[in-house]
Amino acid sequence: MISFFRTAFPAAAEPVTAPLKMASYETVRTLDPKARPARLSARNVSVFYGDKLAIDSISIDIPERSVSALIGPSGCGKSTFLRCLNRMNDTIEGARVIGEITLDGENLYHPGLDVVELRARIGMVFQKPNPFPKSIFENVAYGPKIHGLARHKGELEEIVVTSLERAGLFEEVKDRLHAPATGLSGGQQQRLCIARAIAVGPEVILMDEPCSALDPIATSIIEELIHELRENYTIVIVTHSMQQAARVSQKVAFFHLGRLIEEGPTERIFTNPRDQRTQDYITGRIG
Amino acid sequence: MTDLTFSAAAERRRERIRASLARRHLFERLFRGLGLVAILIGLALVASLFWMVIAKGYPAFTQAKLSTVAYFDPEIIDVGPPPERQAGQSQAGFRAESLAWQRRVTTANWNLIVEEAVRAAAPSGFEIDRRAALALVDGGERHRLRDLFVADPGLLGQRVPIELLASADVDNWLKGTIDRDLPDERQQLSAATRRLADELLAGGAIDFKFAWHIFTNVDSRSAPASAGLAGALVGSLYMMVIVVLLAVPIGVASAIYLEEFAPKNRLTDLIEVNINNLAAVPSIVFGLFGAAVFIKYSGLPISAPIVGGLVLTLMTLPTIIIATRSSLRAVPPSLRQAALGLGASRTQMVFHHVLPITLPGILTATIIGVAQALGETAPLLLIGMNAFVAAIPATPFDQSSALPSQIYLWQGNENRNFFEARTSAAIMVLLALMITMNAIAVLLRQKLERRS
Amino acid sequence: MLLILLGLACQQGFSRSLSLATAARHGGQRMHSRPRYHAALVALWTLLPALLVLGLWSLLEPGLMRSLILAMLPPEVAVLEGRQLEAVIARIEALASGHGVAGEVAPFEQAAAEQLSFLQNLAFLLVLAAAAGLGAVALFLARRRISLRLRARDEVERALRFLLLLCSGVAIATTAGIVLSLFTEALRFFSFVNPLDFFFGTVWNPGFASTGSDALGRYGLLPLLWGTVMVAVIAILVALPLGLMTAIYLSCYAPRKVRALVKPVIEILAGIPTIVYGFFALVTVGPFLSTVGAAIGIDIRATSALTAGLVMGIMLIPFISSLSDDILRQVPLSLRDGSLALGATPSEGIRRVLLPAALPGIVGAFLLAVSRAIGETMIVVLAAGNSPVLRANPAEPVSTVTVTIVNQLTGDSDFAGPQSLVGFALGLTLFAMTLLLNIVALYIVRRFREQYD
Repeated sequence: MISFFRTAFPAAAEPVTAPLKMASYETVRTLDPKARPARLSARNVSVFYGDKLAIDSISIDIPERSVSALIGPSGCGKSTFLRCLNRMNDTIEGARVIGEITLDGENLYHPGLDVVELRARIGMVFQKPNPFPKSIFENVAYGPKIHGLARHKGELEEIVVTSLERAGLFEEVKDRLHAPATGLSGGQQQRLCIARAIAVGPEVILMDEPCSALDPIATSIIEELIHELRENYTIVIVTHSMQQAARVSQKVAFFHLGRLIEEGPTERIFTNPRDQRTQDYITGRIG
Repeated sequence: MTDLTFSAAAERRRERIRASLARRHLFERLFRGLGLVAILIGLALVASLFWMVIAKGYPAFTQAKLSTVAYFDPEIIDVGPPPERQAGQSQAGFRAESLAWQRRVTTANWNLIVEEAVRAAAPSGFEIDRRAALALVDGGERHRLRDLFVADPGLLGQRVPIELLASADVDNWLKGTIDRDLPDERQQLSAATRRLADELLAGGAIDFKFAWHIFTNVDSRSAPASAGLAGALVGSLYMMVIVVLLAVPIGVASAIYLEEFAPKNRLTDLIEVNINNLAAVPSIVFGLFGAAVFIKYSGLPISAPIVGGLVLTLMTLPTIIIATRSSLRAVPPSLRQAALGLGASRTQMVFHHVLPITLPGILTATIIGVAQALGETAPLLLIGMNAFVAAIPATPFDQSSALPSQIYLWQGNENRNFFEARTSAAIMVLLALMITMNAIAVLLRQKLERRS
Repeated sequence: MLLILLGLACQQGFSRSLSLATAARHGGQRMHSRPRYHAALVALWTLLPALLVLGLWSLLEPGLMRSLILAMLPPEVAVLEGRQLEAVIARIEALASGHGVAGEVAPFEQAAAEQLSFLQNLAFLLVLAAAAGLGAVALFLARRRISLRLRARDEVERALRFLLLLCSGVAIATTAGIVLSLFTEALRFFSFVNPLDFFFGTVWNPGFASTGSDALGRYGLLPLLWGTVMVAVIAILVALPLGLMTAIYLSCYAPRKVRALVKPVIEILAGIPTIVYGFFALVTVGPFLSTVGAAIGIDIRATSALTAGLVMGIMLIPFISSLSDDILRQVPLSLRDGSLALGATPSEGIRRVLLPAALPGIVGAFLLAVSRAIGETMIVVLAAGNSPVLRANPAEPVSTVTVTIVNQLTGDSDFAGPQSLVGFALGLTLFAMTLLLNIVALYIVRRFREQYD
């Protein structure tokens, strides 16, 4: 396994030191000097579902305009953490979030914060594509219409077209913008959802296993798209595929049993993990 | 796009978003408030309905009764001793003699005995008008005294303490449901009666006691104060029994067939569509059907519980079928596979293994279906139960009343002041029965589900 | 007699199969079916011919007896027609069965009655003998069939399945019966009154039975239809917003505990019998509306379309609320999440995504509610007044189709006159309307459900 990653990242062929057998609860962090400044930061974030602790004291920085991947075995809390970033956990009854998450220094869990505005700045794409039962145009226009972003029809059309272009879908649907969105293929629907999220003009896009319901071809299209989107948006992606994380992300955070075990530049995590558990996951021993 | 234009556009976007926020949040609050108001209105309606029924019905359970002494005056009841069977006398001859004696008892002036009883209760020196005395007491009381005597002729010459039921109008007057300031011409009772009633109440001779007779008496036109629900309750009971005996077997059988054995063909579809439609047919159409088929064509007696029971069975069938089907569907397929795997035939699998598990569901659905059927009025009116019946039905083929139709009849009575309360009381009884049945159904379901 | 036969059959079947089974066990073989199945099979076979005979006889008997009576009548009586003939026949039958009749008994009646009763007794004995005889033969034959290899259990089960099928047929039989009976009676009505006058007439003024056939009365459906529609419209205007908002709040906003508490309470409204609602309308709502009307200066009658419509609306609230709640919960949660994640407020998501997605289902619920409102009887009987006149003012009393059915069929008129028969014609109209609404509604709701399964 490690040899695969070695060939993927030949430049990072450091001498392999034996991973430290860490049993402590401290997250192993590696600084990446090339990383952009962090827009989104989490400090000691814990989430309770009722009395059950789902994630425990997560602290992490998400650098701007790059792709950060959250990996880990299923049920380890990565989706839960992702949902904290745009306060989607608020919609789950009995969920309690403790800790601090800041966007550009602003605490997202501050009582006075307007969630509606927040979600216009941090968008989300879900695991299973969930287009509304409306036309393609109406789907993408939904966000701008609600937020009042377009003052007249021409502006709205412009936004829709731009978003579809940015999501790489425009060419395929330009002749049938008013056809129902449910008629698209799975991959197209997911790109539509991405376009929908982009239309609102967010700064951050959260993606919760966006390709897990798609076939390999659609997956690669979307991974390419993510690569392009990286230039303008900060992307946090949850994925259960390590290969995907290796392909698209610049930063990787490994979650296990509700804890953040290790985080750092993608190359290093996959070639030279510091924590035994990270290594076990990457080599396929756990998860 | 360069970084700068990008962030300028972003700023513009953010401004626009912020501009609309206040309005949107206000709308959200209004919308949510509207939902809450809707729920509160619903809750308030439930509360006010129950409040009205209870507030109006509660007084009817206590009625004014006069405690006095009845003197079975031998001068008034001038009949000889009751006849005794002589040796050698034929059965018919003895019966003729007994009937003749009873007839003499009936023709005695029982009104006078009632009047004397009233006088006995009044404080001494109080002027009592004879008509006032009679108007004070309910019309059926003299018959009750007569029946007491016939049952025990030894009462002749005795003074027996007794509670006489006040008449409906007096009851109204004493409870204050009639406006006391109305002029004499518009009052139902004469001034003398009213004075007498007040006096007796003040003196303690008249008191409000619990009206058990609402449950034990049959309906009555001539003696409204003693009208009761006994006939209606028995009629409804017969009908419910018929419903359970017929609807449950047929309904469960149909459901079993449709769920387990029916092939997927047009006939099955037709049956299913029919059942769904029957569930939504208005109840009055069932009443018409009952009138046309059961009464006109088959010649069953009008206003009989058997007809009502049959009509209600047809109305309850869809409910039971649909509920049984969903219970059957809820049985896990693993159970069925296991039974079949052990060599059971399909029929055996259904009856020995699946059906016992679905019994709680069937039971619950039956109880709820019966509770619903109890309150149905429209079909009963059409099969003749809008008629006044003053008897308890001995068999389901006798003419009878039923609880909901009795409510309808009482509701239409001219003595609105008295019967409004009585109707509410009857409604309370009906609702109490229905709530009890539903509660039993829910409890049973919980208990049986916990066990399995 | 049947019971004896049944018992005998069972016992025979049981004993024979039991003896066979023990013999087989000694011989090392096994029977296919257990003894009790054999017993049941024998019983079935025995009963069948007996039942057939009895059934046949009960079908044929009335006709047979009737023709016998007719044959026995002296010529001058035989030429009587219609109701008089029926009366004579009825008297003879009553005499024969021992009930006795009022008035003088003519000699021919007596003779005919005696002969009739003799024949009836003879026939009874014959039928009994036939049934018993056939039954015994069947018993013997069936008993002989018992063998090791007889698949008694299969046959019994097949019979059982057939019985189940028959029971399911009751549902069809009921619908067919309803349609048939309503149709025949309505047709009989239309022999009195022209259907066009009925369906398009604007005056409802049925004559009284005592005035005979000359004062036929006017039987126009339109005022009744109008009353029905007016009350239904008012009811829906009350129930739809309240019911829908209740459903929206309960499924989208209410915390689980609130929902668990409130939903059953609202369901109580659904379980209250309609006569209680009618009484409530008559006694509380009507006078209340009157006083309110007096305060504002409008004349609202205590029993009017407004009163009945209002209370009917109250009755429909839980109906619409439950159905809508079910429908709203069918829309996948992912749509709600998608809308929220884009920064929409919950109400925006409900308005723009949830409701349009749930629209077919809600339309179906709406249609079912209308159907229920049209068919409702007791509330309007008690609270809508009784005034079958085409009027535009809802604050006046009206009459609906259901009220009129009750009035026409609970009067003192005979079952064969147009006054009563019109009730069936009205019932047929009502049935047709509600059937149509139900079919359309159920179809829409089913299509909607398929979308999300």
